[in-house]
Amino acid sequence: MTCCGGNIAADGAAGVSASADFSRAEELLHAGRERDDGTVEYVFSAPDIHCGACISSIERAIGPMHGIAYVRVNLSLRRVTVHLDPAVTGPVEVSGALAALGFPARPVDLGDLDELERKRRDSELLKSLAVAGFASANIMLLSVSVWSGAEGATRDLFHLISALIAIPAVFYAGRVFFRSAWGALRNGRVNMDVPISLAISLATGMSLFEALTGGDKTYFEAATMLLFFLLIGRYLDQRMRERVRTAVVQLSRLSAKGANVLTGDGEMRYLPLDEIEPGMTVRVFAGERLPVDGTVENGLSDVDRSLVTGESLPVTAEAGTALEAGAMNLTGVLDIEVTNTADKSFLAEVRAMMEAAENGRGAYVRAADRAARLYAPFVHSLAAIAFVAWMVITGGDWHTSLYIAIALLIITCPCALGLAVPVVHVIGATRLFENGILMKDGAALERLAEADEAVFDKTGTLTTGTPTVIGCAIERPSDIAIARALAASSGHPASRALLTHLDAGATARGTDIAEHPGLGVEGGFSGGLARLGRMAWVAEIAEPSAVQDPSGGLAFATKGGSLHAIKLGEHVRDGAAAAIDALHNAGLGTRIVSGDAAAQVAGLADRLGVTEWHADQSPADKIARIEALRAEGKKVLFVGDGINDAPALAAGHVSMAPASGSDVGRTAADFVFTRDSLEAVTAARGIALRAQALVKQNFGLAFAYNVIAVPIAMAGMVTPLVAAIAMSASSIVVVLNSMRLTRGDPAPAASRPARSALAVGTGSMEAAE
Amino acid sequence: MTLLTVLIPIALFLGLLGLGAFIWSLNSGQYEDLDGAAARILEDDED
Repeated sequence: MTCCGGNIAADGAAGVSASADFSRAEELLHAGRERDDGTVEYVFSAPDIHCGACISSIERAIGPMHGIAYVRVNLSLRRVTVHLDPAVTGPVEVSGALAALGFPARPVDLGDLDELERKRRDSELLKSLAVAGFASANIMLLSVSVWSGAEGATRDLFHLISALIAIPAVFYAGRVFFRSAWGALRNGRVNMDVPISLAISLATGMSLFEALTGGDKTYFEAATMLLFFLLIGRYLDQRMRERVRTAVVQLSRLSAKGANVLTGDGEMRYLPLDEIEPGMTVRVFAGERLPVDGTVENGLSDVDRSLVTGESLPVTAEAGTALEAGAMNLTGVLDIEVTNTADKSFLAEVRAMMEAAENGRGAYVRAADRAARLYAPFVHSLAAIAFVAWMVITGGDWHTSLYIAIALLIITCPCALGLAVPVVHVIGATRLFENGILMKDGAALERLAEADEAVFDKTGTLTTGTPTVIGCAIERPSDIAIARALAASSGHPASRALLTHLDAGATARGTDIAEHPGLGVEGGFSGGLARLGRMAWVAEIAEPSAVQDPSGGLAFATKGGSLHAIKLGEHVRDGAAAAIDALHNAGLGTRIVSGDAAAQVAGLADRLGVTEWHADQSPADKIARIEALRAEGKKVLFVGDGINDAPALAAGHVSMAPASGSDVGRTAADFVFTRDSLEAVTAARGIALRAQALVKQNFGLAFAYNVIAVPIAMAGMVTPLVAAIAMSASSIVVVLNSMRLTRGDPAPAASRPARSALAVGTGSMEAAE
Repeated sequence: MTLLTVLIPIALFLGLLGLGAFIWSLNSGQYEDLDGAAARILEDDED
């Protein structure tokens, strides 16, 4: 990565014990940026900041700390910026102090965010908006005087002053449109900015000619007002994307950028990811994700691969097991021999597939640009007809004819069209935000409304990814008490599921409770030894006559007691059945495409009433399924969460991912939903359909406006006053119509208690990358 | 007419002043944290 932290304050980490904290401390050191005055700037994301009191408590606590040069809290972005002296203190101390204050924080990688570039463009639009606003207000004042009857020298003076204001303003504020139009034309395409740029530049050019030659009509106010309105639409659109990006960045956990490498003499060193080579041995602690692909060399543990392969139940990893980057180590310490460098790892392969798949979606043309493809040639040929017709009528008066043709282009300039789409999208994004759904891009809303086939991933999408107990034979209260005690001492997902299942009853007190990675939990109780874990391991202590389930699974037994099998299933995500029913009723095809085993997929498909399902799908298989559906002419909505889903998320016509998914999945998806219920899918679709209806209405309104405006313009009756009124009236009508999206039936998910989308990323999220 | 030669420059000057003030406030980062600014005004500065 591009962070320039280097080895700043590397000795600051010396005191940190060699544990999982060790790598976290190393991560922190790499996130800084050296400033000119020798201090290092760190930006922490602290999602729990929520009020003015938080600002003062953080700034008063961190500010006086030794070695802190500057601290400032940003309440809107929930960030803390700190400049510190690397010789005196380090980011670990700041992060610790923040956590002690009750604001768990993690550093934001400044290089990754490319924030500077984004900010520059943001304020460029805002400055353009300010300049256009200033110009149009002042020119309008002068124009009103002209329209009220200023004549002769006064009028000419006013026109010249208007020209002096308008020309630099158009050059400055119109850059966004000119650049985009030029880019489209150079690639042989037409977009909405082409007719806009043409109208603005022709209006300015013609008005300049009129002003210099003492003509009586100029359109400076029309040109600048047009810019002002259109820039409002642009700015709103950009703000929307900005807000979503911030939210998505906050959801993502700091990705592993390095690993603890064991050197020959048994020492452990933290190396950045790009310095790790095949053959090295990497130590992965419980609770960490694998940074690279590798084979287990030493150690025994349970590994959760659900984000990587879609397998719902943890697998046992022992010497010789091959594991992919992104798998989560659950219980024991694993020493892993690296088989691939990071840039050739499974994750990198998935990224490459994602990029290839995304190219397909690049062919999508936004509704506004589709409209422009029809609109621009139509209007431009009308202008040409008007010019020729007036040349004939006036007998060769090119000045009048040209004037009328240009006036036609000005009055038909798609001001309303330019606002018709972004305003609806911005309001749609706000509605989605209220429902806990983040939308990356306005075009995604258009694509979602078109989707006619819904493809779901299973693990983590239709299910929550955490196992749940569906059958448990433990009945005696004393056994339940022992099982609770064993389950409570382990962080394994199966133990947590059992604890939830046996939520009533006492907990026995045991001695020497120990977790054996890959096997289970064991402890001594008043009734003797008891075990909870893998069937074969538990059966060793159970009564000899106990019958083992040949398929294995989980079991519990006390010494010499009977063997109690525990069946694990998956917890179906809230609203999954309702969402699938609703999609069915709306006429969409639904199917499940999962990386899990056939038995698991079939069971879930049956419960949800989905008839089409495919199991054991690799990421490439998933893409192939989507490509096949596309070849049939279907527009696929793909909903998935894992690393293995990321290419499919990029390949689908439109895609959604839960916030609990992998970083790479969230990056690939068009929509990210932050609430637990899958009804977010139907809620988003409902909003998308209404937004699409409104966009169509807006196009209709803009068309109706042109039906009236074009004949007037062709008749040569357009004066600057008429143009100004007509254009602003049409824009206002379109914006008012779009505002209707804020009202109306709330989407189903809105009935759930609102949880701030930004607060979700606090710590419960697990993400791989 | 002579009045206009005074009034128009004044009007434009005031407008430009406003525009300049806005761009200055934008560049000096006053729109970076609107929620924070609203909260900070209620803080008592003890020192």
